[in-house]
Amino acid sequence: MSAKLPSSLLRRRDGVVAEIAFVWLARFAVFAPLIVLGWLLGGLAIDGLGRIDWAFITELPSRKAERAGIWPALMGSLWLITLTAAIALPVGVAAAIYLEEYGRQSRIAGVVEVAIANLAGVPSIIYGMLGLGLFVRFAGLGKSVIAGALTLAILVLPIIIMSTREALRTVRDSLREAALGLGATRWQMVRQVIVPMALPGILTGAILAVSRAIGETAPLVLAGAVAYISFAPDGIDAPYTALPMQIYDWTSRPQKAFLVNAAAAIVVLTVVLLLLNSVAIWLRNRYQKRAY
Amino acid sequence: MLTTTMRTLGAALVLLSLPALTTACSKRKDGGGSGKATETATGTGGATGTPAPSGGGLVKVDGSSTVFPLSQAVAEEYTRAGKGDVTVGRSGTGGGFKIFCRGEIDVTGASRPIKKEEIDACKSGGIEYIELAVAYDGIAVVVNPKNDWVDHLTVDELKKMWAPEAAETIKTWAQVRDGWPDKPLTLFGAGTDSGTYDYFTQAIVGKEHSSRGDYTASEDDNVLVTGVAGAEGGLGFFGLAYYTENKDRLKVVPIEDGKDDNGKGPITPSPETVNDGTYQPLSRPIFIYVSVKSLAKGSVQNFVSYYLDESKTLAPDVGYVALPDNLYAALKQRYTERKTGSVFEGGSQTGMTIEKLFAAEGN
Repeated sequence: MSAKLPSSLLRRRDGVVAEIAFVWLARFAVFAPLIVLGWLLGGLAIDGLGRIDWAFITELPSRKAERAGIWPALMGSLWLITLTAAIALPVGVAAAIYLEEYGRQSRIAGVVEVAIANLAGVPSIIYGMLGLGLFVRFAGLGKSVIAGALTLAILVLPIIIMSTREALRTVRDSLREAALGLGATRWQMVRQVIVPMALPGILTGAILAVSRAIGETAPLVLAGAVAYISFAPDGIDAPYTALPMQIYDWTSRPQKAFLVNAAAAIVVLTVVLLLLNSVAIWLRNRYQKRAY
Repeated sequence: MLTTTMRTLGAALVLLSLPALTTACSKRKDGGGSGKATETATGTGGATGTPAPSGGGLVKVDGSSTVFPLSQAVAEEYTRAGKGDVTVGRSGTGGGFKIFCRGEIDVTGASRPIKKEEIDACKSGGIEYIELAVAYDGIAVVVNPKNDWVDHLTVDELKKMWAPEAAETIKTWAQVRDGWPDKPLTLFGAGTDSGTYDYFTQAIVGKEHSSRGDYTASEDDNVLVTGVAGAEGGLGFFGLAYYTENKDRLKVVPIEDGKDDNGKGPITPSPETVNDGTYQPLSRPIFIYVSVKSLAKGSVQNFVSYYLDESKTLAPDVGYVALPDNLYAALKQRYTERKTGSVFEGGSQTGMTIEKLFAAEGN
C-alpha cells in the first residue's frame, strides 16, 4: 500500500490551482460584460431618464429638441418587429424542423446547412442591399414597412434556424423512438412530442433574433426607412422609420439637447426590447417546467 | 397539451402585434391627417394662395444630409399646421439625385448644384425639375482651443494642407507657415460622399472631389468636433452650426481669400458674414430640386410653397442663414413660372455670393 501514488494524483494540487484560476477567469468573463452593460445603461439612464415623459413617447420628431418625440419611430419599430417575427419565426422554425426531422440524410440538407452557417456571418448591410434590390425594387414593395420587415426577416432567419436546430437536437432520440413505437406518425411525433420539448430552446432563438432585428440600422437605411416621418405606419405598405434611425439622426445633430433625446430614446428602445423578450422568457419558463 | 401550446402561442402573437395594430387610429388626432388622408390636405389648401387642384397625399423628400434638418423643420411645421404628411430621407446629395431622377421622390435636397451626369440621369429618367435655393450655409474651419499660433488661414495655406500632393508630406504646422511650431497637423473632414466635401475641395483645392486621403473622414460632424477638440494640432471643417454649438471646445479660424472686394482681410464666419457674402469662399447656398411631374399633386405644390415661405424663419432655427427677402421673392417667382433646369453649369460653384446667386436666378 505504501507504493508510489499514481502520478495523476500527485499532480492533483496543480489541478486545484488551475481550477481556482479557471473559476476566477470564468467569473470575470461573466461580470465584465455585466459591468460594461450596467455602466452603459446607467450612463444612458442618467442622461436620458429625466427626458422621458408621455409627450416624448407620443410627440412627432422636431427641430426643437425639447418638444421632439419618438412616436413615429417607436411605432415603426413595433410594426417592424411584429412583422419580422411573424414572417421569420414560422419560416425559420419550419426550415429547422425539416432539416432536423425529415431531411437529415438528404444531400440538399447538407448544402443548405453550410449555406445557413455562412449567411449568419454576412454583414447586415449586405442584407440591406439584398432587401433594396429584391423587395423594394424587384418585388415593387417600395420603401414600406413590409419591405423592411422582410429584409430583417432574412437577416434573422439563420439565427432562428440554427438555434431551433440546436433545440431539436437536445430532444433525446429515445423519445422519438418511443413516439414512433407507440404508433405515432412522424407528423404526430414532431407536433406533439418534439416541438413542445424543444420549445424553450426555440424561444431562446426567437429572443436572440428579435433583439438583433430591433437594433439594426444599416439594412434599414438601404431598405427604405426614412429619417423623418410625420405619422406612424398605418398599414404594411406605409413608409416608416425606426428607433435606431431616430437615435442616429439625433446623435448627428449639432445641438447638445438632441444627445439627451438620443439617450432617452435608447432607454425606450431597451425597455421595449426587454418587454418583448420578457414575453418570450415567460413562455420559455412555462414550457421548461412542463417538459421535465 | 397541443391545443394549450397553440393557444398560448397564439395569445403571445396577438400580444406582440397589439401595439402595431392600434397605431392606425391613435395618432391621427395629432398630425391632422395620415399619408392617405387626402381630404385633410385639400381641405386646408395652400396658405400661400396657391390653389390645390387635386387631392393631398404624402410628400416624399430625400437628399442631402445637410439640407435634411431644414427639410425636416419645414415638414414638421407643415404637418403641425395640419396641411398633410411628409417623409424626409437623408440619402445624401448624390444618393438623393439618383432616386429623384428615377421619379421615386418628389423633392430632393442638395448641398451643391446638380452635376452634369445627374442632369443626364434626370433627362433619361424623363424628370424635369425646378431648382430652388433655400438657405445659406457656412463651412467653418476650426482648430483646437490650445492652438495659440493660428490667427487666420489663407485659402492657399488651406490648399497646402488639403491638396492631394500634401498626402504623407505636409505633416506639421511648421510646414504650413514659417514660424509656426513643429507640431503634428491632424486633419478632420467630411466624408468623400458628402456635398460638403465636394464644395470644400472645389473652393480650397480648386478641383471638386480631390484632396489628400490621409485625414480622418466622417459623415457625422459630431465625430469631427470631438476629434479636433481632442487633438492639439487638429484642424477640421464642417457646417457652421457645429462650431456654434461647440464654441467652448473649438476655436474658429478666420479665412483670408485674398480678394478685397468682398471684405478686406481674414473674415470670421458668422450668420452676418455668411449672409452679406464676405465669408468667402466657404459659404454656399443649399438647394431643393422639385420634380415637375410631382407638381401635378396638390400636396407637393402646397409643400414647396410652404418651404419657400417658411425657410426664412426656419433656417436660423437649424443653424443656417436665411437668404435675403428679395431673393426668396425671386425664387417664388421662378417657382410660380415653373422655370426648369439648373442655373449652374453643374457641380459645385464657389464664390456664390447672394448677388451672384440673384443674378443667376434672374436669368
